[in-house]
Amino acid sequence: MAEGMLTFSPDDRYNAFLRTVSPARYGEGRLRGIPVAIKDNISTAGIETTCGSRILSGYVPPYDATVVSLLKKEGAAIVGKTNMDEFGMGSTTENSAFGPTKNPRDETRVPGGSSGGSAAAVAAGLVPLALGTDTGGSIRCPAAFCGIVGLKPTYGRVSRYGLVAYANSLEQIGPMAADVAHANLLMSVIAGHDPKDSTSLDAPYSHTPSMEIRGTRIGIPEEFFGEGVDPRVASVVWDAISLLERKGAEIITCRMPSMAYALAAYYVTCMSEASSNLARYDGVRYGPPADVRKPWHEAFQERRREGFGLEVRRRIMIGTFALSSGYYGKYYAKAQAARRNVREDFGRLFAEVDVIAGPTMPTVAFRFGEKSDPLAMYLSDILTVPANLAGVPAISVPCGKVEGLPVGLQIMGRWMEDERVIDVAYAYEQGANP
Amino acid sequence: MITEKDVEHIGMLADIAILRGELEEFTASFNRILEYFDILDQVTGEEKDGGAAVNVLREDEVVPSLSPQDVLSNAKETEDGFFRAPRVM
Repeated sequence: MAEGMLTFSPDDRYNAFLRTVSPARYGEGRLRGIPVAIKDNISTAGIETTCGSRILSGYVPPYDATVVSLLKKEGAAIVGKTNMDEFGMGSTTENSAFGPTKNPRDETRVPGGSSGGSAAAVAAGLVPLALGTDTGGSIRCPAAFCGIVGLKPTYGRVSRYGLVAYANSLEQIGPMAADVAHANLLMSVIAGHDPKDSTSLDAPYSHTPSMEIRGTRIGIPEEFFGEGVDPRVASVVWDAISLLERKGAEIITCRMPSMAYALAAYYVTCMSEASSNLARYDGVRYGPPADVRKPWHEAFQERRREGFGLEVRRRIMIGTFALSSGYYGKYYAKAQAARRNVREDFGRLFAEVDVIAGPTMPTVAFRFGEKSDPLAMYLSDILTVPANLAGVPAISVPCGKVEGLPVGLQIMGRWMEDERVIDVAYAYEQGANP
Repeated sequence: MITEKDVEHIGMLADIAILRGELEEFTASFNRILEYFDILDQVTGEEKDGGAAVNVLREDEVVPSLSPQDVLSNAKETEDGFFRAPRVM
């Protein structure tokens, strides 16, 4: 039989899933019958898709995202939608309207975010593969906190068609798995050109990971080990870098001065794009309805107050402010100039080194409630946002523990060199677990 | 310095209502965040266009698309194949 049905009844004690599908249909292909979890901001035909927000509760997409069509074409069983910070806005999954996800490595801690449900589902062994999305670290952060592998591909390498937009110029869908080989397999299924995404690159991904890294030049920017980085995390990551050196890589310390304002540039950009993208939620076409008897603005303002959580409202409003007349030059235009500087820093460094490495996150997983101040939560993204601003590929691979909690090694590569990033991660993983 | 009045005005521009009890916290967090953004004052130059982003548009030709029924399937109020929205006037 070519087709089959998979019963999926996981013990979801960590609240990784917002909903599951059982039995789930599957077909022939490279992923025949393999259960795959999908982050809830990726459209799945016939399966409710909420982005972790009340404003989309009850929304059932009439079409599949391109990545979901590609998974089905290879026989995968789509077994559920995973929890996330509302619209991807958060680094802990505490901003979900449907309750937080717990970290399977320590239930008193967050799984990271915003793809926290996908990371927890993989880390708990509920699924071998999951899709996440990464706007400023939302795949790599939860991968690091939960001790799994997560890749943010080169911008444009994976279609965004059917991904509910938050910050279009920054975000990518990417693979999450327990090890590099599985992340590589999932990447090979979802990458490729899609005419339905105008930013899509014609660059299919077909790669067999290699652990041969002799002669690879690895740049280590000082800024990735600077203020705010837990020295215990830094020490574990340095040990991992030493292992790569023993495997034949050349380690070169360097500087990335644009890191001083990368985080501000990132937040101004994503909030501005969010203020425009999220204007569509008016209760007319989907989600809980606006009161059509009330005047337009009154109905919308009320609908959006009730439907969006605090952090989403905060980001839409600051984004609106940053784009408003009189402030555009101070915030948005400066953020784009800073973004150009980040790209130029990467360009300069990649003339001398093949990849750049450092910690994925400055600390291990936070306790619940630890980052209740929004700015404090934003600051924890400092090491992941540069790759999004520049559109380059970046992976997080587990590289040890601090007091029993996982630490992620981040490897960033040149634009379109996702394969090399995978290879360096694979060389580390195989070297550390012979 | 952003005042509570400014925040109410931004909420109106963004079409998001703010409850009385929320105004103080929103104002405080806006000020902390915007103060952090001041670091961008150190960046020299401006980027006028969209930077590295390039849009590639396809030929304008008819391709298969969703049916009107599918498009309307998530709306709570429809009329004669249209979405029903709150009154503008």
